[in-house]
Amino acid sequence: MSALSKKSPADTRVVIGMSGGVDSSVAALLLKQQGYDVIGIFMKNWDDTDEFGVCTATEDYNDVIAVANQIGIPYYAVNFEKEYWDKVFTYFLEEYKAGRTPNPDVMCNKEIKFKAFLDHAMSLGADYVATGHYARIGEDEEGLVTMLRGVDANKDQTYFLNQLSQDQISKVLFPIGELNKPEIRKIAEEAGLATAKKKDSTGICFIGERDFKEFLSNYLPAKPGNMTTLDGAVKGKHDGLMYYTIGQRHGLGIGGSGEPWFVVGKDLASNTLYVEQGFDHDSLYSDRLIAEEPSWLSSKPLEGSKKCTAKFRYRQPDKGVTVTTMEDGRLSVVFDEPQRAITPGQAVVFYDGDVCLGGATIDEVFKNDTRISYL
Amino acid sequence: MDYIYLDHAATSPVHPDVVEAMVPYLTEHFGNPSSIHHFGRKTRQLLDEARLVAAQSIGATPNSIVFTSGGTEADNAALFGTALAKKETGRHIITSQIEHHAVLHACARLESEGFEVTYLPVDETGRISLSELKAALRPDTIIVSIMYGNNEVGTLQDIAAIGELLEAHQAVFHTDAVQAYGVLPIDVNELKVDLLSVSSHKINGPKGVGFLYIREEVALDPLLYGGEQERKRRAGTENVAAIAGFKQAISIMREEGMEKAARYEAYKQKMLSIFTEAGITFLRNGEQEHTLPHVLNVSFPGVKTEILLVNLDLARIAASSGSACTAGSLEPSHVLTAMFGKQNRTKEAVRFSFGLHNTMEEIEQAAQETAKIVKRLQK
Repeated sequence: MSALSKKSPADTRVVIGMSGGVDSSVAALLLKQQGYDVIGIFMKNWDDTDEFGVCTATEDYNDVIAVANQIGIPYYAVNFEKEYWDKVFTYFLEEYKAGRTPNPDVMCNKEIKFKAFLDHAMSLGADYVATGHYARIGEDEEGLVTMLRGVDANKDQTYFLNQLSQDQISKVLFPIGELNKPEIRKIAEEAGLATAKKKDSTGICFIGERDFKEFLSNYLPAKPGNMTTLDGAVKGKHDGLMYYTIGQRHGLGIGGSGEPWFVVGKDLASNTLYVEQGFDHDSLYSDRLIAEEPSWLSSKPLEGSKKCTAKFRYRQPDKGVTVTTMEDGRLSVVFDEPQRAITPGQAVVFYDGDVCLGGATIDEVFKNDTRISYL
Repeated sequence: MDYIYLDHAATSPVHPDVVEAMVPYLTEHFGNPSSIHHFGRKTRQLLDEARLVAAQSIGATPNSIVFTSGGTEADNAALFGTALAKKETGRHIITSQIEHHAVLHACARLESEGFEVTYLPVDETGRISLSELKAALRPDTIIVSIMYGNNEVGTLQDIAAIGELLEAHQAVFHTDAVQAYGVLPIDVNELKVDLLSVSSHKINGPKGVGFLYIREEVALDPLLYGGEQERKRRAGTENVAAIAGFKQAISIMREEGMEKAARYEAYKQKMLSIFTEAGITFLRNGEQEHTLPHVLNVSFPGVKTEILLVNLDLARIAASSGSACTAGSLEPSHVLTAMFGKQNRTKEAVRFSFGLHNTMEEIEQAAQETAKIVKRLQK
């Protein structure tokens, strides 16, 4: 990286976001071993207590403290509860209210980890911020900084990082992007890090291990309604549209013979959940989408059309698409092959080989040039 | 550059003579002061001497000194001890909004046990009003707990006037003098206090020891039950080595007298003049005349406390927000909130506190470095 070569590591201050998990612990260790001036910072974004009244963030921060002391770096905590609530959680609830399936991790990276935290790090004299994300930093022929998939295809997190701008990404290091998870665990164990055996966190950070339904019901009123086929045949009751996502099979409680039932759509106005039978039901398939608020890693808007690959969900294999910027600034994304369960609110993320180009939020979905009205 | 320590109100370095005084009680004099043999007598003697030195330092009798594990235990013993002993005569407690949490959280616990607590407000300088205290007093008030010097902003309360006011009332008067002890002359009879908390590690003694002064005619229920140590007022084998160190720290404090107050005041003025010269904007928090000499609390508009403190640490200057906050706590200081409500300055405040080993050169260096950082962040 050209920018890095200007300063020696010892004169390069890297502020790393440490969550108390093994990935960011190893990321911090690697930076320290590379000789950087490393500072560990724990972000407290959500106020929560466990069943014993202990603040869950305090437990994680204690792990950060233990690891930072083992590595020999200073550590601090910063509170972004207000920013998180205003920018991420509010968006999360609004999207559910609008009948869509939000992606809070994408928003958290855009607004918190690579904005509020980046600003905070800069106020501490940082040259770079680092995180324990599975992604890599590169450079293209024009000298622009690029973001590449993490080497561990299973863990690659570029999907969640698609909204980063050139400005943001040029201040970022991803120390573990060249490694896979077993290697990370091994490094942590060999270094005797306190978090070496800590289990990976699952689910959305602020919900943690809890029941998603119960969590959401604390914030949004659940309106039970009918579950019908697209033709209007009533198949049962749903607990509230926000609890279901497109393509979902479990939790519908529709018995009877034949193939299993799947969620294929929602109608907010009539509070109806649409279900159809069969994983490959025709109504689940589409051939084009329109996505809003595009963001490109190069920070240059896409001119004309581009053939590339795309992911419509995390951990899904890439699919061939053609992307075009429309007159209103949104993106039209035409699929090489029809795609199943495209879900409004989720991110569509574009790739050129290993390079993540950027992404946008899925807004409308089409089949045969007709907007699918039940999504 | 070496680290510059300006957080003496949090804790202070142990004086080398104190360390030396402790060593024999960690090595050869290890006896239990309650034992009847030679070994016990050696440590019992030390304990008696320490009690006398502690008593003399506040114009009290040795029997009125109970050694504790520190300031927190002394505050807790004062409040719970009084509440338990006097709950039949009354269940009303008066304190202020700016007390240390050792008092406030003890009061909250007592509230949940059915006691009623009045939390007196303070003005913008951090002082309570005597007339409000007078108005809050009731026949069933059993204890008034008002701190002497505030740990965050330095403001002193008029303890003598409060003592005077309470003289005719049945309520016992407790003051948390953890910060004032060592930098201000204290005489319990002049101040007319019944209970007074002191901590060793704020005056260059070891951690884990302090005392509660209990006026001889005042009876408290103990917090700890067991042996008959401390005249049955605090069970548990005494922390002898720490008490030996504490005794030495008190002796040094008394020999040195209060001339250091003038030195700390000069440090304060130096820092403030450097801030002024640097052209940065700042607001001083706390009463300026009636104040602890070693505590300076300043808000820098536009610069959040947590960002400034981290920058200072990275520049090798140890300062504090004044209250020990947990991981990324959002809560602004309860003291500053009591003084200023929701004003921004409550989230932009930093405390510098002076003590042993600080030099004028260090103070200048720290002030200049602070000004530089603030200038960068205020842009």
